[in-house]
Amino acid sequence: MYTVPSHINPKLFDADVSGEANRMGFGRGLKAVGATNDSVVALCADLMESTRMIEFAEAYPERFIEMGIAEQSMASVASGMAAMGKIPFIASYAMFSPGRNWEQIRTTIAYNNANVKIIGAHSGVSVGPDGATHQAIEDIALMRVMPNMVVLAPSDGIEAEKATLAVTEFKGPVYMRLAREKTPTVTTRETPFAIGKAEVYMERDPAHIESVGIITTGTTLFNAMVAGKRLNEKGIGASVLHLATIKPFDEQGVLAFARNHTHIITVEEHQIAGGMGSAVAEFLSLVHPKHILRMGVHDMFGQSGTLDELFKHYMLDADSIVQSAERLHG
Amino acid sequence: MQYLSDTDVLALEKKANEIRISIIEMLVSAGSGHTAGPLGMADVFTLLYFHVLKHDAKSPEWAERDRFILSNGHICPVLYATLAHAGYFPIEELQTLRKFGSRLQGHPHRESLPGLETSSGPLGSGLSQAIGMALAERIDDPYSAKQFYCATGDGELNEGQVWEALMQAGKEKIHNLTVIVDRNGIQIDGFTKDVMPLEPLAEKFASFNFDVQEVDGHNMRALNDAIGKAQAVYSQPSVIIAHTIPSKGVGLFERDFRWHGNPPGKGPEDRVPKDKQAEVALRELRTLQGHITGSDIH
Repeated sequence: MYTVPSHINPKLFDADVSGEANRMGFGRGLKAVGATNDSVVALCADLMESTRMIEFAEAYPERFIEMGIAEQSMASVASGMAAMGKIPFIASYAMFSPGRNWEQIRTTIAYNNANVKIIGAHSGVSVGPDGATHQAIEDIALMRVMPNMVVLAPSDGIEAEKATLAVTEFKGPVYMRLAREKTPTVTTRETPFAIGKAEVYMERDPAHIESVGIITTGTTLFNAMVAGKRLNEKGIGASVLHLATIKPFDEQGVLAFARNHTHIITVEEHQIAGGMGSAVAEFLSLVHPKHILRMGVHDMFGQSGTLDELFKHYMLDADSIVQSAERLHG
Repeated sequence: MQYLSDTDVLALEKKANEIRISIIEMLVSAGSGHTAGPLGMADVFTLLYFHVLKHDAKSPEWAERDRFILSNGHICPVLYATLAHAGYFPIEELQTLRKFGSRLQGHPHRESLPGLETSSGPLGSGLSQAIGMALAERIDDPYSAKQFYCATGDGELNEGQVWEALMQAGKEKIHNLTVIVDRNGIQIDGFTKDVMPLEPLAEKFASFNFDVQEVDGHNMRALNDAIGKAQAVYSQPSVIIAHTIPSKGVGLFERDFRWHGNPPGKGPEDRVPKDKQAEVALRELRTLQGHITGSDIH
């Protein structure tokens, strides 16, 4: 029998599993740190409501700066505020920040090691109907390659809320990607969270000889959990490792996980080039070479559709993960 | 702004000349780098660091200092030379410009060298950072006396980010912000009027709700007066369009855009051969040929 930690959502596999968009958790978290830390300031590029910065803006208007649609200037204004001792959070859609303002982030935030927290909402294909122009599926690659930058992709609202608290305490530049659409909540208040720590959310059934380790990040955690459950029930021992932090990379956690499985599958709503799966492959190629199947978007743009349609089309749904794992063992 | 006596003006002009000599020496030592902008802005930088700014070279992180942001990082030879002459680090270190292991990179890195308020080089981001600093200060102390200065190039104004920032500075009425534009009329590919015309520039700034002044960027007293007036403006941010002569101080290099990105020894040869360029420049500066004018004292 596979096992899951007691601290994850007990109704995870029920039909009525609860859920929310993880950006909602960010909104709660930012409001909470606003209450406890006077240095926290928030800047938004005309997307206050959808990035959920509105909660902070309404509670602490004197520490909220409406930038207008000016992501490039927003990154550098935040750098200037950090130079004066503030902890600025900047929010827009990931396509525009860090998409449009990458160089400003590189020169004025990362190179200066400025204590700025970059929130990229509406990342991934799950943005849905807005279509390919608004689906940031390159942002992990863009930020992972930048020195000094921490890269986070929480799965659900509860985790995003904890991550927001954690990055406030962490000194240095952070990028956190969030999603627009509601996804099932995997974690609970009791689930541990630490920057740089990967968490095993499913341990494979040790009775099965064949095994697959599924490594995921962000919103695809739930699909990975459902796929893992089905695989264990079908006779393939499947485990799930969640990388809420992509950088710094949890080398020990990933190595221990990889050693314990015949095959590795990575799943993310991101290009397969440069994303979390690439980070896993880069690391394991050095210390524990093995076959790794990277699931994600294959060098193409997204399109309009519902979250379910798009996850299915780009093979990020539970069925696709199960089928891929079965083929590996075929 | 504190009044400049005739003696003060002469002392500042002499200091600017020393800084120009350092700029030439460091560029020659580096074998690459920008000549026109640093020489052209030497008077502005001298006035700022030796008269205007509240700062302490012995305590670069002094919290109460004014903030000076260099946005067009490629003119950093003038910033490095000015900081060294002001006592932030040894003047001898200027000779390490652009060399392996040096704290004086080809474009400034804040984390490497004391006295730098930011890293710059990619154009257009300095004004935003100055705005961020001023906004942070306003949150902490709405009545703060700190002043925030940002130097930009005129070619740099081609960058879209600058106009994002100008819009915000006007919106937020950042009265303690003074932007100094190095209006030398050149950029890498030619004259600014040909590459991307900026005029009517003063009207553009005014329409973004800035207080606008235009001054001779080599006249210490006029510059000082303009900065004083900029500080007195209490309902708007200020911009000073400083009309400068590219390569000011070395007659044979002046007003020629080909000196934008070349050091002495690698510049255009039609007026002075490459192997004589450093010598000619240093001789002119060291003999003070007409460079100490006392501005409008006479």
